[in-house]
Amino acid sequence: MTTNSPTPNPAPRADNARVVRRLLFVVVGMFGFGFALVPLYEVFCDITGFNGRTKNEQAAANMRSVDTSRTINVQFITRVNKGMPWGFEPEVKSVRVHPGETKVVNFLASNPTGQNMVAQAIPSVAPGEAGLYLNKTECFCFNQQPLAAGADTKMPMQFYLDPDIPKHIHTLTLSYTMYDMTANAQPDVLATFEAATSAD
Amino acid sequence: MSTVAGEMDHHDHHHHAPSGITRWLFTTNHKDIGSMYLWFSFIMFLVGGSMAMVIRAELFQPGLQLVEPHFFNQMTTVHGLIMVFGAVMPAFTGLANWMVPMMIGAPDMALPRMNNWSFWILPFAFAILLGSLFMEGGGPAFGWTFYAPLSTTYSSDSTALFVFSVHIMGISSIMGAINVIVTIMNMRAPGMTYMKMPLFVWTWFITAFLLIAVMPVLAGAVTMVLTDKYFGTSFFDAAGGGDPVLFQHIFWFFGHPEVYIMILPSFGIISAIIPAFSRKKLFGYSSMVYATAAIAGLSFIVWAHHMFTTGMPVAAEIFFMYATMLISVPTGVKVFNWVATMWRGSITFETPMLFALAFVILFTIGGFSGLMLAITPVDFQYHDTYFVVAHFHYVLVTGAIFSIMAAAYYWLPKWTGHMYNETLAKWHFWTSLISVNVLFFPMHFAGLAGMPRRIPDYSLQFADINQIVSIGGFAFGLSQLIFLAVVIKCVRGGEKAPAKPWEGAEGLEWTVPSPAPYHTFETPPEVK
Repeated sequence: MTTNSPTPNPAPRADNARVVRRLLFVVVGMFGFGFALVPLYEVFCDITGFNGRTKNEQAAANMRSVDTSRTINVQFITRVNKGMPWGFEPEVKSVRVHPGETKVVNFLASNPTGQNMVAQAIPSVAPGEAGLYLNKTECFCFNQQPLAAGADTKMPMQFYLDPDIPKHIHTLTLSYTMYDMTANAQPDVLATFEAATSAD
Repeated sequence: MSTVAGEMDHHDHHHHAPSGITRWLFTTNHKDIGSMYLWFSFIMFLVGGSMAMVIRAELFQPGLQLVEPHFFNQMTTVHGLIMVFGAVMPAFTGLANWMVPMMIGAPDMALPRMNNWSFWILPFAFAILLGSLFMEGGGPAFGWTFYAPLSTTYSSDSTALFVFSVHIMGISSIMGAINVIVTIMNMRAPGMTYMKMPLFVWTWFITAFLLIAVMPVLAGAVTMVLTDKYFGTSFFDAAGGGDPVLFQHIFWFFGHPEVYIMILPSFGIISAIIPAFSRKKLFGYSSMVYATAAIAGLSFIVWAHHMFTTGMPVAAEIFFMYATMLISVPTGVKVFNWVATMWRGSITFETPMLFALAFVILFTIGGFSGLMLAITPVDFQYHDTYFVVAHFHYVLVTGAIFSIMAAAYYWLPKWTGHMYNETLAKWHFWTSLISVNVLFFPMHFAGLAGMPRRIPDYSLQFADINQIVSIGGFAFGLSQLIFLAVVIKCVRGGEKAPAKPWEGAEGLEWTVPSPAPYHTFETPPEVK
């Protein structure tokens, strides 16, 4: 590939354009990949239960056997996000359940402010792998919760543990964090306030 | 040599460069653009350095004496952003602009107009970033890593300016990287096969691919921060179904390759300088190339080692721990190759070589503290302490920046046509070497003893260490003014430099006269 002729360096213009096009394709693709990480992360956490994800949707109350040979201690923790003025407590700190057995636990919420507010509770489970086996058939956390000024409420959560839950799990902790969603409330949730006022 | 001189006359003949400021505004010449990048990066180095001086002055004593904590946070944040995106990265791009075409026998970069653009948008990016410091509520104060929700829920109103300036920096880097790749692929002189390219060209080639792979991810991350803060999306907001930990995954997916973007070109520089002053060929050329590629590949699968304390599952922690440790294998290959190159060489200790030697030793110290941080169980102790600060300053200051200094001294005669003042340069080296270790080495101990990073105040027991560190910091800062003096003296005059001022230097850049003529290699050189 050596040449003795003093020809100027040929500028391979068309070739340059082709390489640039390919590289720009990579750039655009990687910009998209950054955003694709968002759903990928969701899917990855849902499949593996990493990061304390629970299935935050209604589980089918299908037929299952109750494994009375095992008892698992399920603990409840509640907290409100920074700046959120609500009171938020579980009715009991923990329950003992057999895998497969259905339990109902009530959570108490109160809005001490003078304003109607809307909140959303976000669950998390420790240890993370237990999150895959915690099934909720009914939960206040599936929806935004409206609470009128000065009101309080009792919110039920019905769950069962999948009988396939690994043998080494004896205790699991379900934690809820309550976030103020008044500014971003869904219209149908806000409508409940208006319905209540018109009923008065 | 006579053909080269003839070539030069020929080009001076039809070279109508505009004069004054328009020469610099409209230039498409790789040497002009390279010089602008280098000057810009040096100015940013001084700006970011003065912010470090503010930080060290505040930390000279426990308690709050000079600045408000909120301003201190802005200083740590903007210091990091400026040093990463304003000092180190543009310095490497400047070196690539100057040296890559000359090293592969090309007349210029492949896309000269885009080259002009990729430089000239940078000053605007940093004007926006620095301008945000003067806004009501202050500039960015959430750390250069801009973790959500610090950068979303709790950030000042100027965050949009931060986001746009990062967008512009990213576009500039991507354009620069595309230019480097196209130049290397299409503009090599006849006979310059890939495996004959100098290692600086190779390491930049690989770095450019890293840049186009991860800078768009950073652009995505800042865009998500922007929409979360101003447009009501919930990428990182748990209340809306998002997750702040997701931010860290996206950020470090960019962030870890980014730290290799800031060190791979250094490896290329050191691989040019050590053989030149050892008067031996580089030991293990092809293993250097493969090791660089291996480091680049591994950089994509280690990001979560920055996140061991976020509550990751043990299996993931173990994976990221071992993947991280694996990087020390190709890096070790490089260090051993440099040592083997020096083995039985006839070494002389001019300033570029001194900086290169300091690089090898001090970068290796930074590498070892990195290995310590990779060990998951102990990382829980080191995380977010001054040990981390010590680690990344060893790899970035005594690593990346020392290699840039070495490169500047090595190629200054080629750029300016004058030899720099060796006495003054040695002063710069020795004061820098001593002060940088006084500055960063004690930080390891402060960190191990539990001093947290990014905090304007500290417990009394850290007072002595911090006083020593601050003195080292001021001395290191002042030492860099010697460098400025050396460069200015060298640009203005000095002993005339021959085409090849270093006896053992190899490469096409030494076949053209010093200073390098405005146009080089319009007729391709022969590479055998």
